[in-house]
Amino acid sequence: MDIVNSPGEHPPNSRQPAVTRLGDRVFLGMSRGSGILLLVIMAAIAVFLTVRAIHAISLDHSDFFTTFEWNANLQPPSFGIAVLAYGTVVSSLIAMIIAVPVSVGIALFISHYAPRKLATPLAYLVDLLAAVPSIVYGLWGGLYLVPHLQGLNLWLNEYLSWTGIFHKSDPSSAARSLFTVGILLAIMIVPIITNVSREVFRQVPKAHEEAALALGATRWEVVRMSVLPFARSGIISASMLGLGRALGETMAVATVLSASPVLSARLLDPVGGTFAQNIAAKFAEADNFGRDALIASGLVLFVITLLVNGAARLIIARRKEYSGANA
Amino acid sequence: MSHAMTQDAPPAAPLNSLLSHRRMPRWAPAGIAVAAIALGSGIGAVAGLASKLQWCLIALVLFVALTYLITARVEGRRQAKDRVATSLVWACFVVAVVPLYSLLQTTISKGVKVLDGNFLGHSMGGVITTQPGGGVYHAIIGTLEQVALASLIAVPVGLLTAIYLVEYGRGKLAKVVTFFVDVMTGVPSIVAGLFILAFWIIILGFGYSGFAGALALSILMMPVVVRSTEEMLKLVPNELREASLALGVPKWRTIVKVVLPTSIGGILTGVMLAVARIAGETAPVLLLVFGNQLINNDPFNGAQSSLPYYVYEQYTNGNDASFDRAWAAALVLIAFVMILNLVARGIARWKAPKTGR
Repeated sequence: MDIVNSPGEHPPNSRQPAVTRLGDRVFLGMSRGSGILLLVIMAAIAVFLTVRAIHAISLDHSDFFTTFEWNANLQPPSFGIAVLAYGTVVSSLIAMIIAVPVSVGIALFISHYAPRKLATPLAYLVDLLAAVPSIVYGLWGGLYLVPHLQGLNLWLNEYLSWTGIFHKSDPSSAARSLFTVGILLAIMIVPIITNVSREVFRQVPKAHEEAALALGATRWEVVRMSVLPFARSGIISASMLGLGRALGETMAVATVLSASPVLSARLLDPVGGTFAQNIAAKFAEADNFGRDALIASGLVLFVITLLVNGAARLIIARRKEYSGANA
Repeated sequence: MSHAMTQDAPPAAPLNSLLSHRRMPRWAPAGIAVAAIALGSGIGAVAGLASKLQWCLIALVLFVALTYLITARVEGRRQAKDRVATSLVWACFVVAVVPLYSLLQTTISKGVKVLDGNFLGHSMGGVITTQPGGGVYHAIIGTLEQVALASLIAVPVGLLTAIYLVEYGRGKLAKVVTFFVDVMTGVPSIVAGLFILAFWIIILGFGYSGFAGALALSILMMPVVVRSTEEMLKLVPNELREASLALGVPKWRTIVKVVLPTSIGGILTGVMLAVARIAGETAPVLLLVFGNQLINNDPFNGAQSSLPYYVYEQYTNGNDASFDRAWAAALVLIAFVMILNLVARGIARWKAPKTGR
């Protein structure tokens, strides 16, 4: 592979020998090598995690996928991811249910509703908030949000307890539940989903909106008929990026949740756990085998986030091809 | 004219009434809002609801309902829906701003309590965790060293990969790399930490150190650098490359002397945003650097601390003095990240490519 063939947009260099210059070859080798290094790292993550995970799971005396407790230090070791998988999925789902509509609303507010003077600093603020480290959200969640959600918990328990999921077994217990984790995760991913959605809303062809306006559509009808259909796949992929972040979040969950190996549909009860939280919590007391067991649970998390992110990227890529006609 | 028509009975002039609807006065939303707040507070006070939040929620629901009903009567249902949508979008904005404002306000107000020169200049050596005192000096050292090492690894790799993708890559390999760079962006930080744990500490047998943490951080940093650099290199106009190549300059010198200097501002911005992102990562530090109460200036030997880890450690201590330290360290961390962000944006504005837009 020589350089002449590669730069598609550049006029092909007619002097064939010139391209075999040493500097060019070294530079191409270095940059291609870096690209390959990234692939190697991704592959290495999968391989090394899998190797340690197989070692751990083969010595697990109970079923890895259906066991609730995490007792990797016992003789014989017995641990499973049922509670962790459930907690991860449920808390992320709660976060998505809250964050996606709110984020789309904020993105619409910035792109279509807010006065110009307000929109620019607001977009900037959302950018900055996306950069706030997760441990700060965790600290705020653990010390401020948990006591302040107690009222909401009692209210839900009083009026919506008949739904089952909002029934709280012990109303006086602190709000260190999957529900609170979900709310905190929602607050964390709102800036991310908003940022991406806003970019997509900005790309909506002006002609679409003007056509709708010319037909006498109200602003909401413009949004519903021209903005949202155009942006649908963008919103989906933005949401999946947010979901990826929520699934893998460690510190915000570790500081809020009071974990215990109980799988409960009652979202307000302070029980449960997530993959990342369990790794952070159990790591300090883990021996060599315990670390391998935690790596096994990390592998499951890795695969889940890989699938979610891969799907998001495929949606974006498909949309790029589809919207190429407009460009 | 139109004013006169709107006064007519609608059935008499259906066409005209379509063209000139009755409109609500401009102050109508404000009026409805005042009415809703008054009613909401009234109901709240009468029902004896203690939480002001409930008053607000009642007022909000009343506002949306009143807006819909009144607009539907005066302007028609389509306009009513439009106004409801507008108020919902505004509500989203308010709903999102409240917790974010609270987060910043709480961190700042609680953080300044113990934040002073003493806090910044001392470690936790010899400090009993339940008592006030001590500081973040060792954590700041740790963060700076780990982030610097991670950047030293990640920036060259990320830069070269981006150059490959933009300047050379047209084939299958480039597509695969692009896809996996995207996927890599989504690797959870704790998984990156576990990978280095398995590879560096368990299999290669090295001990806990700042460098091990930096390795994991560099994995998180690479895709961010690649993405932002790629975007910046794409902004460089092709005419510049062609002009340089036409003068007989080798391609690699064109890239180093023409393409990179043109986009250096944007690249720096991307790098600093990436630094800001990894500076706040806790999970890899928790797994690989292990935490330390004392000052350890050597990132290659022995456990270190870092700002985010320090916040977590003080939080888990679970007493008021530790909480104060956690808030102060969180404030230092936020300030660090925000300054990096602001500087990055400053560079972006200052060095923005003059052409290519």
